[in-house]
Amino acid sequence: MKLYCLSGHPTLPCNVLKFKSTTIMLDCGLDMTSTLNFLPLPLVQSPRLSNLPGWALKDGNTFLDKELKECSGHVFVDSVPEFCLPETELIDLSTVDVILISNYHCMMALPYITEHTGFTGTVYATEPTVQIGRLLMEELVNFIERVPKAQSASLWKNKEVQRLLPAPLKDAVEVSTWRRCYTTQEVNSALSKIQLVGYSQKIELFGAVQVTPLSSGYALGSSNWIIQSHYEKVSYVSGSSLLTTHPQPMDQASLKNSDVLILTGLTQIPTANPDGMVGEFCSNLALTVRNGGNVLVPCYPSGVIYDLLECLYQYIDSAGLSNIPFYFISPVANSSLEFAQIFAEWLCHNKQTKVYLPEPPFPHAELIQTNKLKHYPSIHGDFSNDFKQPCVVFTGHPSLRFGDVVHFMELWGKSSLNTVIFTEPDFSYLDALAPYQPLAMKCIYCPIDTRLNFIQVSKLLKEVQPLHVVCPEQYTQPPPAQSHRMDLMIDCQPPAMSYRRAEVLALPFKRRYEKIEIMPELADSLVPLEIKPGISLATVSAVLHTKDNKHVLQAPPRPSQPPASKKRKRVSDDIPDCKLLKPLLSGSIPVDQFVQTLEKHGFSDVKVEDTAKGHIVLLQEAETLIQIEEDSTHIICDNDEMLRVRLRDLVLKFLQKF
Amino acid sequence: MPEIKVTPLGAGQDVGRSCILVSIGGKNVMLDCGMHMGYNDDRRFPDFSYITQNGRLTDFLDCVIISHFHLDHCGALPYFSEMVGYDGPIYMTHPTKAICPILLEDYRKITVDKKGETNFFTSQMIKDCMKKVVAVHLHQTVQVDDELEIKAYYAGHVLGAAMFQIKVGSESAVYTGDYNMTPDRHLGAAWIDKCRPDLLITESTYATTIRDSKRCRERDFLKKVHETVERGGKVLIPVFALGRAQELCILLETFWERMNLKAPIYFSTGLTEKANHYYKLFITWTNQKIRKTFVQRNMFEFKHIKAFDRAFADNPGPMVVFATPGMLHAGQSLQIFRKWAGNEKNMVIMPGYCVQGTVGHKILSGQRKLEMEGRQILEVKMQVEYMSFSAHADAKGIMQLVRQAEPDNVLLVHGEAKKMEFLKQKIEQEFHVNCYMPANGETVTLLTHPNIPVGISLGLLKREMALGLLPDAKRPKLMHGTLIMKDNNFRLVSSEQALKELGLAEHQLRFTCRVHIHDTRKEQETVLRVYSHLKSVLKAHSVQHLPDGSVMVESILIQATAHSEDPGTKVLLVSWTYQDEELGSYLTSLLKKGLPQAPS
Repeated sequence: MKLYCLSGHPTLPCNVLKFKSTTIMLDCGLDMTSTLNFLPLPLVQSPRLSNLPGWALKDGNTFLDKELKECSGHVFVDSVPEFCLPETELIDLSTVDVILISNYHCMMALPYITEHTGFTGTVYATEPTVQIGRLLMEELVNFIERVPKAQSASLWKNKEVQRLLPAPLKDAVEVSTWRRCYTTQEVNSALSKIQLVGYSQKIELFGAVQVTPLSSGYALGSSNWIIQSHYEKVSYVSGSSLLTTHPQPMDQASLKNSDVLILTGLTQIPTANPDGMVGEFCSNLALTVRNGGNVLVPCYPSGVIYDLLECLYQYIDSAGLSNIPFYFISPVANSSLEFAQIFAEWLCHNKQTKVYLPEPPFPHAELIQTNKLKHYPSIHGDFSNDFKQPCVVFTGHPSLRFGDVVHFMELWGKSSLNTVIFTEPDFSYLDALAPYQPLAMKCIYCPIDTRLNFIQVSKLLKEVQPLHVVCPEQYTQPPPAQSHRMDLMIDCQPPAMSYRRAEVLALPFKRRYEKIEIMPELADSLVPLEIKPGISLATVSAVLHTKDNKHVLQAPPRPSQPPASKKRKRVSDDIPDCKLLKPLLSGSIPVDQFVQTLEKHGFSDVKVEDTAKGHIVLLQEAETLIQIEEDSTHIICDNDEMLRVRLRDLVLKFLQKF
Repeated sequence: MPEIKVTPLGAGQDVGRSCILVSIGGKNVMLDCGMHMGYNDDRRFPDFSYITQNGRLTDFLDCVIISHFHLDHCGALPYFSEMVGYDGPIYMTHPTKAICPILLEDYRKITVDKKGETNFFTSQMIKDCMKKVVAVHLHQTVQVDDELEIKAYYAGHVLGAAMFQIKVGSESAVYTGDYNMTPDRHLGAAWIDKCRPDLLITESTYATTIRDSKRCRERDFLKKVHETVERGGKVLIPVFALGRAQELCILLETFWERMNLKAPIYFSTGLTEKANHYYKLFITWTNQKIRKTFVQRNMFEFKHIKAFDRAFADNPGPMVVFATPGMLHAGQSLQIFRKWAGNEKNMVIMPGYCVQGTVGHKILSGQRKLEMEGRQILEVKMQVEYMSFSAHADAKGIMQLVRQAEPDNVLLVHGEAKKMEFLKQKIEQEFHVNCYMPANGETVTLLTHPNIPVGISLGLLKREMALGLLPDAKRPKLMHGTLIMKDNNFRLVSSEQALKELGLAEHQLRFTCRVHIHDTRKEQETVLRVYSHLKSVLKAHSVQHLPDGSVMVESILIQATAHSEDPGTKVLLVSWTYQDEELGSYLTSLLKKGLPQAPS
């Protein structure tokens, strides 16, 4: 069993598991931090961005100044932003049988895999994962496509050139494999390959392996996966949460008794407490608005935003913000708000109960009804008419490189009254802000990452007791910035096996058994023999049928009558098949009883001689000699088949067959 | 031999109070717990005393499964769990769990508040009963206990309707509940995989009906409604609040929109708005089209359909009223019916099945003079139309489902005996499976032949698979192994491993046969002749000439010695172990025949 690690990003994993005869891809996360190296894509022409100076090498060479621009000491690529794909060369991706998706953030590379690698398999994901994943992809495509950029920079990617660039461009990995965003058509085609599954649904893969999604508690429809056969079990844990937010709680019990547990998607901000962050978010928001400033919240169109809106729903009246408009701007804002309301079955208990009343599970329905929350597909159109300040704007993309957020950064960045509050943990907020420097607006960092932290992980591992843990290398050492925090790493026994991008791990597995079924007729014919108290044995001689990786044992056919052969009999027909083995024998032969038996069967001249190790029984007339020892019997006779078979059967009476 | 037992307590050769007991693999499951709309006495609920006379139901039943929210499938549930007493798990889908208590409460109100019955379940009992409900997802495998698992499939009959697979070990049964095999305006079609259950328990409401195309039926319906409204008549459509009501509302709404009609459409009872709300929140259970477009246009937000007020019934002019309940056996639909029945301009359209004993059933069977409460005679002059909009599978659909699931046995419930008889024959003919149709209280016992799962050591399996890659029909390969049975753990291992595990020594049984052959040459040459002879005969076997002058055939050793007395005779010693019995025996007889003169 092998694990091919195609992504180096611990929260956006992409691994391929070879298990029995199947090849299973676990998630296909897309590393979008690469976009931080690019200049933002403004919705409306931005004089500031277009007038940034080109970057020149130390020796004054300016051949890159079309591609690279400098802003406040940082260098950016002026081009269509590109994403860092999972490794596509490590394993032939056309051999992947299935892809298991654990949550909507971990499927963003799907079109690259399903459309460009010869992939012909099936993708499995829950319905909310697919629907919201579709929204995220549509938003991404929309953000990029609506501001077409003529330039696609490539000179800087040349290895010789890249070496000369300042950090972080110099250190960017695998730049030659970076790709532009996919198209709507590719998204649709990729999503059409998904088969919907429900939690705890058992899905058979080729009769060899069974996969099951389990609730992981992190997002709507997010799942962990069990990959098992009858005797082996691999648990794949991806983005999971033990906090009570909106999704159904995590199913921990089903992860028990795993041989291997692959652990990915832990919190990216292990030192921040999500509850505290939400509190800080609300108070900073209120403070800014009260002072007449605007609040910008760069966010994804689904996920934490539901929780934030719910908090604000409870908070705004008490904080006296009832008259402040909240805007949610995204091409998929409406869909996202609507979809959240229809996935009752995937929600936590409290929200489910509301649906039974029947009431919408999320209070943002009421915010919309009372006009406190308004949503728009973009800043163009209705929004420009309705727009009132001060206000709160939720919009994407959290990288600040594309989407409507770019516009608001340009619009509000110059005033210290305004605040941008970062809640999404996927991008370093300092890097995200770099191309907007110098900024007058306040920047607050309240990352809300509800995924498991290291304390929760160690508790979880103690509880579910996997034999082996496999995780990204980042989790086996403290974070680089906090190298003294030995508590911020995975601590388990035996130590976790770690992987990094482009590595292949051999998983510590010893498969010893496989399921086989015995047909009832055969089972009836078995004669169990109690060998020791509580342990019975039966010898089985049967015909093995194997079809679709299922094995069945059938009773051997009754010896058929030799056909009245008109055909010439060939010699070879008589040759016995040496592969038809007789059972093994065990036990020992008591000489006295054996001699008695011989006599009873008409051997009158039996003589017994003692030897060093046993006895020799002589049948003088038949010139036959039987050596009997503790663990062996040797019959030496003339070529008299009848006699030999008689003696054989008498000996066998004393022995057990296996 | 293991067996599956099925006893309908209700819905056996009947429609109403569905309740079927199934014993499978030592587990007892109750499928549905419904009431009968045709009765007002004891017969309205299943006879639970059949299950156990003096024990507690909880001890006897492992679980209860409710297929959908219609009262003939869940109406007896609070009585069963709270008044008879059952504390075990009750399984249903999320929409059923949401809607079921509302219909139960409605039912309770009509029975207790309107009819004044006592000794009926209370609102609190409905709440307590619902606390015992565990909601299930579609296709989720629910482990009821270590051995019993259940799985829900989409049934398309009403919102949240499900078929259930019940599985213990390798034995399984599927209960369809009510289902619909053709997608309609708001629901999808029932679907099940080829799960090959030992038993399929299917409804058979429309066992003999093969319905014409749905489009025709819809056109017919719209035409009749339209004509009546045009001539100023009133149309009464008795429906149950949830189910067909939404389907017909969508139909009328789109028609009104298209034709720009002005006559008002009303929907009776406060339940409706609530009902529509459920449809909005559980939109994932509706059909593809509605799910796809719900963000832009939610099909359950009706523009033309308004809430009904009792006073409206006396308004002059045309109108269309959807009123509950659907079989005209009580409540608002019956009240309106009594008001409108005397006018021939009006029309009542019965869009679904009516059980015997209800007013709906009476007028559909042609009765025009009805005896109402208080010996009043009601003369029915209004037009009575029946239009099958029930979302049940017709005969074709039932056959289709049987084909999909590939069961070993079929059992019919929820239908009329005469019609079942017909379908039973058809199923037996077409699928060559046994088909049963027990009456209430009658038990059907089926023998099953489950395979027994054991673990086989991978070494043994691989060895056998390597040998048997090309299955030869004429000469099937036999595999040998030892089954070790310890507690409930069955393992099939190679004989060597079994001996080793049990700490037993192998006993070697060896034979050495002396074969005399005439040969005057030296022993070495004799051996060479034996070698080439065997080599030519045993092409598929390994035949070796060893340096020490002996011949090995597989593991059988052949040596030649001189005869002590006769120099013209050589003695071949053929030696083999018991495991090579066949080959050894064959070799001796082959050698006995002598060697060919010229080695070929």
